[in-house]
Amino acid sequence: MIANLPEISMTQTTAGPDIAAGRLSDDAYAENFSDLHPLLDPHEALVEADRCYFCYDAPCMQACPTSIDIPQFIRQISTGNPTGSAKTIFEQNILGGMCARVCPTETLCEEVCVREIAEGKPVKIGQLQRYATDHYMAENDTTPFTRGAPTGRKVAVVGAGPAGLACAHRLAVHGHDVTLYDAREKAGGLNEFGIASYKSVDGFAAREADFILSIGGIELITGKRLGTNLDLAELRAGFDAVFLGIGLGSVNALGIEGEDKSGSLDAVDYIADLRQADDLSTLPVGRRIVVIGGGMTAVDIAVQTKLLGAEDVTIAYRRGQDRMNASDYEQHLAQTSGVRIMTWMQPKALVAQNGTVTAIELERTREHNGSLAGTGETVTLPADMVFKAVGQTLVQTDLGGALSLEKGRIVVDADRKTSLADVWAGGDCVLGGEDLTVAAVEDGKIAAESINAALSA
Amino acid sequence: MADLRTEFIGIKSPNPFWLASAPPTDKEYNVVRAFKAGWGGVVWKTLGEDPPVVNVNGPRYGAIHGKDRQLIGLNNIELITDRPLEVNLREIKQVKRDWPDRALIVSLMVPCEEQSWIDILRKVEDTGADGVELNFGCPHGMSERGMGSAVGQVPEYIEMVTRWVKKHSRMPCIVKLTPNITDVRKPAQAALAGGADAVSLINTINSITAVDLDMMSPSPTVDGKGAHGGYCGPAVKPIALNMVAEIARDPATHGLPISGIGGVTTWRDAAEFMALGSGTVQVCTAAMTYGFKVVEDMIEGLSDWMDEKGYTSVDQFVGSAVPNVTDWQYLNLNYVAKAVIDQDLCIQCGRCHIACEDTSHQAITSMVDGARKFEVIDEECVGCNLCVNVCPVENCITLEPMAAGSVDPRTKRTVEKDYANWTTHPNNPMAVKEAAE
Repeated sequence: MIANLPEISMTQTTAGPDIAAGRLSDDAYAENFSDLHPLLDPHEALVEADRCYFCYDAPCMQACPTSIDIPQFIRQISTGNPTGSAKTIFEQNILGGMCARVCPTETLCEEVCVREIAEGKPVKIGQLQRYATDHYMAENDTTPFTRGAPTGRKVAVVGAGPAGLACAHRLAVHGHDVTLYDAREKAGGLNEFGIASYKSVDGFAAREADFILSIGGIELITGKRLGTNLDLAELRAGFDAVFLGIGLGSVNALGIEGEDKSGSLDAVDYIADLRQADDLSTLPVGRRIVVIGGGMTAVDIAVQTKLLGAEDVTIAYRRGQDRMNASDYEQHLAQTSGVRIMTWMQPKALVAQNGTVTAIELERTREHNGSLAGTGETVTLPADMVFKAVGQTLVQTDLGGALSLEKGRIVVDADRKTSLADVWAGGDCVLGGEDLTVAAVEDGKIAAESINAALSA
Repeated sequence: MADLRTEFIGIKSPNPFWLASAPPTDKEYNVVRAFKAGWGGVVWKTLGEDPPVVNVNGPRYGAIHGKDRQLIGLNNIELITDRPLEVNLREIKQVKRDWPDRALIVSLMVPCEEQSWIDILRKVEDTGADGVELNFGCPHGMSERGMGSAVGQVPEYIEMVTRWVKKHSRMPCIVKLTPNITDVRKPAQAALAGGADAVSLINTINSITAVDLDMMSPSPTVDGKGAHGGYCGPAVKPIALNMVAEIARDPATHGLPISGIGGVTTWRDAAEFMALGSGTVQVCTAAMTYGFKVVEDMIEGLSDWMDEKGYTSVDQFVGSAVPNVTDWQYLNLNYVAKAVIDQDLCIQCGRCHIACEDTSHQAITSMVDGARKFEVIDEECVGCNLCVNVCPVENCITLEPMAAGSVDPRTKRTVEKDYANWTTHPNNPMAVKEAAE
């Protein structure tokens, strides 16, 4: 599965960290970072679509956070109308293309597919969704929606990730003028900078952002970060409404000795570099990697470092594998990619020489009366790079203290309205979300409808 | 192993599986391959008068496919053999000599003139073939020339030609019938009246398989135009079964040997045709789809099924289902059945519910006590079987008869144990009239 692993260096000593670029051949990089699930060909799509039973009040549709009419779009593929199928998808989810690639379908639509119940083999809903949306985007430059007649109302959308893009698009459909801000140099948010490469090849995130913005009436301004060169109070003063889709700007620390040393890295930063790298062979990667965490990001960094040519990649998670936030599918992907998952292990200290990490000391854990505690028994793993993937947090100071927060996230009501009457929020920055692309899209969509209702009142 | 040997109007074959008169039986080469594969007999592709006909040089077939390209129905515009008569006759003679244990029937189609039939019958008799089949069925190409289904649609012509054939030949004679007619019993009766030893049916059904919406032309399209063809394959089997049954149970033709044709693809299809009175079956589309090897499972499967059922020879079950084919008016109206959904097998797709709710009797729930659940409401269920048919899970929904003496919750009537049909039903005006008289 992983092409061209580097030869194990028998002469390697403890002279220093083994971090190097260009561990693989060009072909191996191309193969390792190719599409995880290639596009279905038309016949495959027809056969797969025919497996759908067109259920009444379909469970898949209920399981979809954006309520896509799944039986309908699959039937449209089946009848030879992939364009209509894509319209059905975009009607509910304008980021249907990305969601088709990154949704953990095995815990959403495909988990409740009656075929899963009947035979353990759900209809490949995600891949069919991609078939339809890719078909549409290959045939059309713009979304199937047209911008509504201008209302003259102005809305600021902060954050051009999935929530912000979905919100901006829906607002444009309603004819409002949208200014879309993003801290980075391009739109897409985690779609562009976060998710694993093999889930979104060929610059899809950027193409999708362009596709969404093609509706018109949305001005994208990059390099504007809330709390740095953008101020919530000023936005509220300058716009009729504000939507915050700012994600989680900061990474949780491990809080252990040696964390400041070279070779102790944030997984999200490395993934962002990887996603933006024009030439993967220029990206240095360690020979021995330890990842701390148990979520999707932990799997993404572990698998991708392995694919970059790391020899020995270990995910250390403090509880049992069944408690990992990464789905079963992702865990399976990690393990079949050659990543070792060590459970009941918590980080204790980073071992460094000359200011550089050389190993990590892990402590075994156990659960007693529901609380986790170290056993005192430790294991030291040599490591050239240690990645932190233990969650991200909202940078509260960016908000200027104006919003109600709880558990470090923005509190919103069912309409995604915050404690401020003219501010809505959605995506990872709000409380109670699922931290999924598809959930962020739904937040943006609901907020846009609520903003539209408020502005039309 | 059950004995599959068949004797059909005096013609013996090692099994009842014959290849129908069609492209697979056009040449010695194909027929020899078929016999090597195990086919019990063939009906040689229809011979006509010289000069031979010509075929189109573009597509001759069109098809209906399932989503995974399963071939469900096939349509053709091919004509009778386009090879010289002498070549066919020479090959027929050779094949019969080399394969004496196999049935070799020759299909014929010549103009409705007695001398034409006299001439060709003499030539065929000389080959040593076991019998002839009169092609009164082809619905395309030849019918416009006064042959094929143009004859088969006029019972008087059928009788006339059949009579000529029996008069001028000692060979057993099978009359092949067209389904493109309102009542198939009439041509069968005419064949019998003319002295036919057997009938075979069905020939293909007039059809246009599809329309090319870019060319705005029926398909298969020959240089922008399409003509109707003859439809066959699995899709036509139900039509063929009914027509076979109609002839088998018609008092006028009851007992007339039948060679069943129409979508026979498996041993089970064959057994069904035979149960409705077919002494042999003829196959074409299955062979054209999969090659001659399909006969192996037909032979094995039929034999295994016969062993399982205790039949030792095919004549023990040929026609066994015929007494149970009746007219609607004789069906037991006191038989009451209700659908029952096996909740352990149910996968909760809800198709039974929506089919019943939208299009039938509102007799299946979608929610019970706030949870997704599909249950039959006996008070509404008329036992129509639609839910059974749309359910994707085999045996999940079954239709269970109610015991005599119990009360049907829908009608509030006690289920009678005695048989009663429409002919005596009070709502039947004819029945009332009869009683009044």
